[in-house]
Amino acid sequence: MKESRLFGTANNAFLALIGMVTLFPLYYVFIVSFTDPAEYIRKQGFVLFPEKWSILSYQYILSTSTYLNATGISAFLAIVGTLLSLMVTASLAYGLSRKRLKIRKQLMMMILITILFSPGIIPHYILVRDLGMINSIWSLIIPVLSSGWYVFLMKSFFDSIPASLEEAAMMDGYNDFGIFFRIILPLSLPALAAFGLFYAVGYWNTYFSAVLYINVSSKWPLQILLQNILIDSSTSSQGSGAAEIMNEQQLPAQTLKMAAVVVATLPILIIYPMLQKHFAKGVMLGSIKE
Amino acid sequence: MRALSGIRKDLFLYLLILPGVLYFILFKYVPMWGIIISFQDYSPYLGVWKSPWVGFRHFTELFSNPDFILLFRNTMIISLMNIVFYFPMPIVVALLLNEVRSAVFKRIVQSIVYLPHFLSWVVIAGITFLLFSQSGGIINKVLPMLGYAQVDFLTNSRLFWWMLTAQSIWKETGWGTIIYLAAMAGVDPQLYEAAKMDGAGRLRQIWNVTIPGIRHIIITLLILRLGQIMDVGFEQVFLMMNSAVSEVADVFETYVYRNGIQQGQFSYSTAVGLFKSVIGLLLVIAANKLAKRYGEEGLY
Repeated sequence: MKESRLFGTANNAFLALIGMVTLFPLYYVFIVSFTDPAEYIRKQGFVLFPEKWSILSYQYILSTSTYLNATGISAFLAIVGTLLSLMVTASLAYGLSRKRLKIRKQLMMMILITILFSPGIIPHYILVRDLGMINSIWSLIIPVLSSGWYVFLMKSFFDSIPASLEEAAMMDGYNDFGIFFRIILPLSLPALAAFGLFYAVGYWNTYFSAVLYINVSSKWPLQILLQNILIDSSTSSQGSGAAEIMNEQQLPAQTLKMAAVVVATLPILIIYPMLQKHFAKGVMLGSIKE
Repeated sequence: MRALSGIRKDLFLYLLILPGVLYFILFKYVPMWGIIISFQDYSPYLGVWKSPWVGFRHFTELFSNPDFILLFRNTMIISLMNIVFYFPMPIVVALLLNEVRSAVFKRIVQSIVYLPHFLSWVVIAGITFLLFSQSGGIINKVLPMLGYAQVDFLTNSRLFWWMLTAQSIWKETGWGTIIYLAAMAGVDPQLYEAAKMDGAGRLRQIWNVTIPGIRHIIITLLILRLGQIMDVGFEQVFLMMNSAVSEVADVFETYVYRNGIQQGQFSYSTAVGLFKSVIGLLLVIAANKLAKRYGEEGLY
């Protein structure tokens, strides 16, 4: 018993340490972003808890049109992209889960191949360019609307809906559209919400597609702007949007940068509790995903 | 004919899947067709139809290029360090979490360690710069106070791989525990009772009951991870890369991006990407076979 209690204490202490190590970078960024700039300079960055809270950095960040614009674009991606992705993926997955569909096996094979083999960056780039989508926000949505993984995950969810349900609906004169939109989708709302959250996080975090397809700073999503503020500005001075934010301000760059990180992370923190309810399930289904 | 009548009967079902099928054809299969430009001297003005064919020239060019060894080495080292140092982490943390008696404490720790998984690499690279830079990073302010010299974490090519590994551990360890915790929840409680009867303490129970209970999943995940050894966290490398560390940072995708998108060598960089994808495909297929032979589900 004694050994057991000692073990339990040591175990908890160790886990608490892991938790703190994980949390510290986020905590530090959060705290500094709310620290009075004068105090930050005086303490040379050694701020573990501000004497004086301040929202100056936020006022500055949120007063720049560049930052607001990029936030708006990312929000657009997260909302419109998620809805479109859900529609396309769910309708395909539902169809594939119905045994009546004649070419189901072939389609599944076709989708599996796309998971196993990707032709690489350049062929995708050429396609997007030939479709005339360079510098269009849609280049950040349409090419990534769906993925084989999500189709298979959703299909395995729809598999659990019995065929008797649709047969009964057909008796009542519904066609497959009616069944899908009026019966299946409402039934699947919790699952759709879970998939939607994951899609939304993905769209909010859109980065590399924008590196490839967006060359004009007025259409940058938040992650690109953030990269310019946080990384490029500390090594070089390229990126006009970042320059606009960082130039001619009296606030220390560090507190501004941290405020920028917090604002960009906030939406994820807000939906995080909702995400948490779902992910154990999602990960089990797609256990091998990464 | 029978197939046709099936389609007519279920017309709306086929219409339902149409957007998805078109998406996969256009955005997953048309690019596969684009691979042929790696056997051409593709020029955007001539297009795929009129560009001259050059056979395997771009591939032989790649293999004789000294960059190739570098790309291969960096990919392998980044992946292998990930497997050696990151891979065991979720297992260890899951074992610890599994021993926690207080449900509240367990949930708090889980909530914290899962969170970084959802942050973008831009945010994580950004935080890394804020913490580790020499100009304003807190770490480099603490080091002199402790009597150490400042360290150029971000521009030191000998530290670069370690920085990547540390980032991956920070970001994904918690998330990685989920699958092991689920497997542990499936271990028969009677086994623990029996072990207790035999006088096994908690460490012994972990060693003799929990670990054997999750051994299969560990081995399967390890095999599948080895199958993906050609894949490095590319956004991560791309963001952490700078001129001081490019020699140790350059991987296939960053190389393709630079040569293809930035310098317009479409054919050559498509060939580089194709090489990487083909090796990756072969490895995944082999890993999947191996996992299945081991009696596990595998990837597909």
